[in-house]
Amino acid sequence: MSYRYFVFAAAFGAFVAFGPARAAGQAISPAVKAVTAGKAWTPPRTSDGQPDLQGVWTNNTVTPLQRPKELAGKEFYSEEELAAVVKKERQRLDLNLDEGRPTEPGTADDVHYDFSQFGLDRGQAKMAWNRRTSIIVGPEGTMPPLTPEARKRIAERRAQAKGHEFDGPENRPIGARCIARTNVGPPLLPTAYNSNLQIVQGAGYVAIETEMIHDTRIIPTDGRPHISSNIRQWYGDSVGHWEGDTLVIDTTNFTDLSPFEDAQNVHVIERLTAVDPDTILYQFTVEDPAMWTKPWSGELPITRIQGQIYEYACHEANYGLVNTLRGARVAEEQAAKKAAK
Amino acid sequence: MTCRAVASTTALAAAVIFLLTAQTPAAGQAASPAAKATGTAKVWTPPRAPDGSPDLEGVWGNATLTPMERPKGLGAKEFYTEQEFAEMAKRVRQGVVGEEADLGAAAEQTLRYDLSLYGFDLTKATFASNKRTSLIVGPEGVVPPMLPEARKRNAERAAKSKGHEFDSYENRPLSERCILMAQERIPMLPGANDNNLLQIVQGPGYVSLFHEIDHSTRVIPTDGRPHIPRNIRQWQGDSVGYWEGNTLVVDTTNFTALTAFRGSGEKLHLVERFSRSDDNTLLYRFTVEDPETWDKPWTAEVPMTKTEGPVYEWACHEGNSMIETILRGARVADEEAAKKAAK
Amino acid sequence: MIAGVALAGVLCTFPAPAAGQAQAYRVPRTADGKPDLNGIWQANNTADWDLQGQAAAKGPVAMLGAVFAIPPGLGVVEGDEIPYLPAAAAKKKENQANWVKLDPEVKCYLPGIPRATYLPYPFQIVQSQKNILMTYEYAGAVRVINMEAPTKAPADSWMGWSNGHWEGETLVVDVTSLGEDTWFDHAGNYHSDALHVVERYTARSADTLAYEATIEDPKVFSRPWKISMPLYRRVEKNVRLLEYKCPEFAEELLYGPLRKKPSN
Repeated sequence: MSYRYFVFAAAFGAFVAFGPARAAGQAISPAVKAVTAGKAWTPPRTSDGQPDLQGVWTNNTVTPLQRPKELAGKEFYSEEELAAVVKKERQRLDLNLDEGRPTEPGTADDVHYDFSQFGLDRGQAKMAWNRRTSIIVGPEGTMPPLTPEARKRIAERRAQAKGHEFDGPENRPIGARCIARTNVGPPLLPTAYNSNLQIVQGAGYVAIETEMIHDTRIIPTDGRPHISSNIRQWYGDSVGHWEGDTLVIDTTNFTDLSPFEDAQNVHVIERLTAVDPDTILYQFTVEDPAMWTKPWSGELPITRIQGQIYEYACHEANYGLVNTLRGARVAEEQAAKKAAK
Repeated sequence: MTCRAVASTTALAAAVIFLLTAQTPAAGQAASPAAKATGTAKVWTPPRAPDGSPDLEGVWGNATLTPMERPKGLGAKEFYTEQEFAEMAKRVRQGVVGEEADLGAAAEQTLRYDLSLYGFDLTKATFASNKRTSLIVGPEGVVPPMLPEARKRNAERAAKSKGHEFDSYENRPLSERCILMAQERIPMLPGANDNNLLQIVQGPGYVSLFHEIDHSTRVIPTDGRPHIPRNIRQWQGDSVGYWEGNTLVVDTTNFTALTAFRGSGEKLHLVERFSRSDDNTLLYRFTVEDPETWDKPWTAEVPMTKTEGPVYEWACHEGNSMIETILRGARVADEEAAKKAAK
Repeated sequence: MIAGVALAGVLCTFPAPAAGQAQAYRVPRTADGKPDLNGIWQANNTADWDLQGQAAAKGPVAMLGAVFAIPPGLGVVEGDEIPYLPAAAAKKKENQANWVKLDPEVKCYLPGIPRATYLPYPFQIVQSQKNILMTYEYAGAVRVINMEAPTKAPADSWMGWSNGHWEGETLVVDVTSLGEDTWFDHAGNYHSDALHVVERYTARSADTLAYEATIEDPKVFSRPWKISMPLYRRVEKNVRLLEYKCPEFAEELLYGPLRKKPSN
């Protein structure tokens, strides 16, 4: 059954790699080749018989999470359209019009990161391209509408937060506080830079370490139940099992600020399948009946990369939060002085 | 099987001991082994614990009429005669004692303890008496004089707290703070107004000494291990033990500088010896030395008698209203003094 | 030999020990033929924080940051639920909200049973024939379990009154006369003076024990409930219990306000 699904998926969302010859460039996915040749590829096994998903990977991509409005209804690019999109993106990244802009020494820009180091430059990073117009699958390609209770709850929360966004660290987003990041999820989502992960497997466990922010999920595959529902965690509680060559991960027990702000009781199912030696097909479904009117699903490829995972010591160098709060205090002082006149 | 063999051996041993040591204790007194040894040629061997070590188990009391130091008039007299001893015992039973005059109904009391409970009434206690004139053995029978450096050390400490005795809990004695009660200390000395029980429970490789006062427990390993590292100091030091024939020898070092047993310092070294001289008597002998406090070691012998339990729970800290009242009283006194001065 | 067969018979009918063990383990015997539970043991969980488990959370002292925050932990209550009577459930919540002020462990008071077992400090079992002594590093707490004919407590006490007997491989300890001032954990789980605890200690391997405690208190709970956890032997060479005479550490809290004010 998994083989049939694989062929089906390959036909619809063939993973094609393009690009001029680059040092850290892409290669045409063998998956495509294999499919066209009619052969099925099965991943090698770990010493205890699990499908081997180990290695250092990236889910770096330019595909947006939600489908852009102008592409409404269009789930896939054609081959030609994809070629054009890739060219445009490459040009954009080369010009560093967005992130990865070449910085002039002595300017404000130069104070930020040196994108030539530590894999920060997305233009140099390996990416897995695919023909999807959004990570979210289906005809809409967007997150479903919010439930009325969610709207109400969000509105109340925004109202309470209004004017207090910089009062203290508790008012800042958890990512800015280096507590947890949305790219870790689950679901695993691409992030602007350092969008890499390492998978290590041991008997009965699969460990997924994300580079940003060195968070590791250790997923038991022995069929155990979830932890008690009164224990909540930023990244929830994950339990897994194998369905053929697919690792299925079920995650519950999230806090009410993760993985999506305002969602209270998220349930995520992820599926990881190695489809060729350099590609894992990553699929996920997210549901929270108290937040969205229906579940929503996404899909993106994860590509093997050379090299190591770097240490992302977020909290240890969190000047961002300190400066944000200090700036807010300075602004208050100035406002107070002004009012006093 | 092994169990049955041990059981029958123990039974046989017990029968032998019973025959050898038939005695009629009066009011729970046992004669001192010192007195007996001269009279009989038979040596009493103690029963064995299942693992073969001498059995020291039981609940033991160390209440005694013998003072720690020899009364001045007695000079080098180490033992009383039978007659002298009998007269002394009679006098004490009639309520004539030294400092702690809380012998049951004899003294008038105000708000203090109900001595009929929990073994407080000394007239009902069993005494291990012996004919020694003092617990400290030898011709002098007193604690050796303190070395000048120790006097200096202790005087400096006293000077620091002079005038500040009631400033804070830090200035109060360790016993008042329920950190280290006087009768919880080692070496173990007879207590004042209650029968300070010691329960010994032995397991393979360990002898545990469970002291009723402040529920203080020492579990002594007998496997020949070394002391804990020198940088770790404890109020009661660190005890390791080993068997010498039928005697348990316990060696203790690693005391803190504040333990100050009778003014001693960090180098305090204590060797205790436990042996059973008969079914109902545990002979406790200890030697204390501290080259920074006394010019020579000194030794004392404290007989202990088998006693009826139970060992009660002594929850000192949990019920410590004393230190609160003392400090509060001091604060009230401060206020009053301040008011007076303000006038 | 008859004894051996009888023992095997008991083993066969003995309920499976807790902590997910597959088969019964037969621990070596002491010289007097009883399961040998001698040793230094320690629980390795967060039961002392909250018997029902908890996520990690900020600690009560901001200045101590991540060193003294609340660690996460799974619970040790079988079935997860602690069956409080309605009025008692409210008191538990109140306790929890004010735990720093009310938890007796903060003041170094004796912990009672079963809390003494799962405090984050080791304890030692010295096993003799007529008595089993358990001494706990925390506050030097101690109790002697009477292994002969059961006796009655002369009075209530912090550590209760313990009578024990063997059921095959298991040491069963019946604890009564526990004073009402102890708690089960920092989360405010508490009891009355009607508390009755039955503990079971069973060797599950050479270096672990399976520990269970059944707790009943008709004044506070609607039915008996049970906790269970493994206890781990401390196997370091020459391992010892050290002193943790903690009244000293609670003094500033208890008597600090009674310190003499510096005179101006």
